[in-house]
Amino acid sequence: MNHDTYSDADLRAILKRVRTIAMVGASPHWNRPSYFVMKYLQSKGYRVIPVNPRAKGETILGELCRGDLSEITEPVDMVDIFRRSEKVGPIVDAAIKMGAKVIWMQLGVRDDDAARRAEAAGLTVVMNRCPKIEYSRLSGELGWSGVNTGIISAKRRAL
Amino acid sequence: MADDKKRPGFETLAVHAGAAPDPATGARATPIYQTTAYVFENVEQAASLFNLQSYGYIYSRLTNPTVSVLEERMASLEGGRGAIAVASGHAAQLLAFFAFMEPGDHFVASSKLYGGSITQFGKSFRKFGWEATFADPDDPENFRRALLPRSKAVFVESLANPGGVVSDLEAVAKIAHEAGALLIVDNTLATPYLCRPFEWGADLVVHSTTKFLSGHGNAMGGVVIDSGTVDWAQSGKFKALTEPEPAYHGLRFFETFGDLAFTVHGHAVGLRDLGATLAPLNAFLTITGIETLPLRMERHCANAQAIAQWLERHEAVAWVSYAGLASSPYRALQRKYMPKGAGAVLTFGLKGGFAAGVKLVESVELFSHLANIGDTRSLILHPASTTHRQLSEAQQLAAGAGPDAVRLSVGIESVEDLIADLAQGLAAGA
Repeated sequence: MNHDTYSDADLRAILKRVRTIAMVGASPHWNRPSYFVMKYLQSKGYRVIPVNPRAKGETILGELCRGDLSEITEPVDMVDIFRRSEKVGPIVDAAIKMGAKVIWMQLGVRDDDAARRAEAAGLTVVMNRCPKIEYSRLSGELGWSGVNTGIISAKRRAL
Repeated sequence: MADDKKRPGFETLAVHAGAAPDPATGARATPIYQTTAYVFENVEQAASLFNLQSYGYIYSRLTNPTVSVLEERMASLEGGRGAIAVASGHAAQLLAFFAFMEPGDHFVASSKLYGGSITQFGKSFRKFGWEATFADPDDPENFRRALLPRSKAVFVESLANPGGVVSDLEAVAKIAHEAGALLIVDNTLATPYLCRPFEWGADLVVHSTTKFLSGHGNAMGGVVIDSGTVDWAQSGKFKALTEPEPAYHGLRFFETFGDLAFTVHGHAVGLRDLGATLAPLNAFLTITGIETLPLRMERHCANAQAIAQWLERHEAVAWVSYAGLASSPYRALQRKYMPKGAGAVLTFGLKGGFAAGVKLVESVELFSHLANIGDTRSLILHPASTTHRQLSEAQQLAAGAGPDAVRLSVGIESVEDLIADLAQGLAAGA
């Protein structure tokens, strides 16, 4: 599968079917990128469960932070990874094991071997993208900030 | 999961990019949101907006829905990631440099820029401690020789006025990048219809939208477009985008916003503190103008080409500078960088000198005697008696505006009427 480009239709389908997201590398600090993304996704109706061993037991944006993916007991649709590329492999394996349907790696994060394992197990993989940016781009919100969304349509916008 | 749709053509983008039907009303034309501020949903949403954690409108000094449409349209037409619209072309240049220049920093600019840019860079920027060195763009190696370790950018015009100077963008981009500097291109005279500098390695593009983009001589405006391809962290030179921003509690723009960093910073810091906001009405007029940009530029260029060729054969004319002429030293560069046309601004010299220039601008009937370019109407200017009259003759000559020089911005009227008007004007001065 090609991971250099993703179609708008495929990204839209992922963001529509996912409801619960485990965010690995979520930070309790409000000025960190992961905090921005978690807060934004919550505002769009997603449940986001933070995972970060250094913040285990803390509450981040109203959610209990877990130390590891294995500590999550509820069903998770997508695992969003805010870790360096070289740390991704074991996280992806844990995500496959817990029954997640989508693996999403943030901007600058990419592990093609791990992606192949996930795809072989039937998961959908997005790498080197941000769900906040893609959601806001597809909904037109990103254009409010002067960004080129690439969306050309004469219809009223909806994600 | 490859991209399943072909990228729309330039003409489609010129009409549609950024302008979906209004989400609130379904209005098909972009509404003029003539408002200064926007009601918050609640305290929590307001906090998210002020922290830059969610997207939305706060205050029109920063963002406005009508202005956003213009920004996205320009980012789309140039093939960039994002844009910041501002009150004028000069404001665009100030905002572009403000994002990364510090006191003591240096940049290199073409010596053949629009005179107003030379004054802004050479005089007013010095008050901020930003130092410019000017280099003759006809040999790109001149930029390499002028670059210093503390240089942060090279600035050129894709097509420069007066004189039809075309910059060798690909060569200059390579030289700038080898020195760890950005290439900033003023694409005002060419417009993205004729030339797209990002395709040749430019990092930022600026425009005076007052000219061909709005196109009707009725709306001031400017825009900065970011390619989205700069690695701001690579050289360690661009700390405003990579280091913690105190006014946002230590947020790092590049780390947080990635390839959107420059665009977000331009609104959240640049417009916040410089305040050179574009009025929504001017954004509306510019959006409307851009819808016909491809059609107008086609006619502008065809008319200018015909007039340049006619002038070159006229006995009262000593020389014509227009990159579309076979006699132009810039003809090869024009064919490479703007093959659809050489633009609509040209300069020519009168054998009768200063007096003949004065007589011509006072004798024409259709050409408007004024200091602007890029109008549907044809415009004429004798720089030595107007815009350049405070300069010495040597300075006038260096600026391509000697006593005999006349500048035209050719409009979209019937070309035979324009030629007839110039013919009677030249006859009056003979």
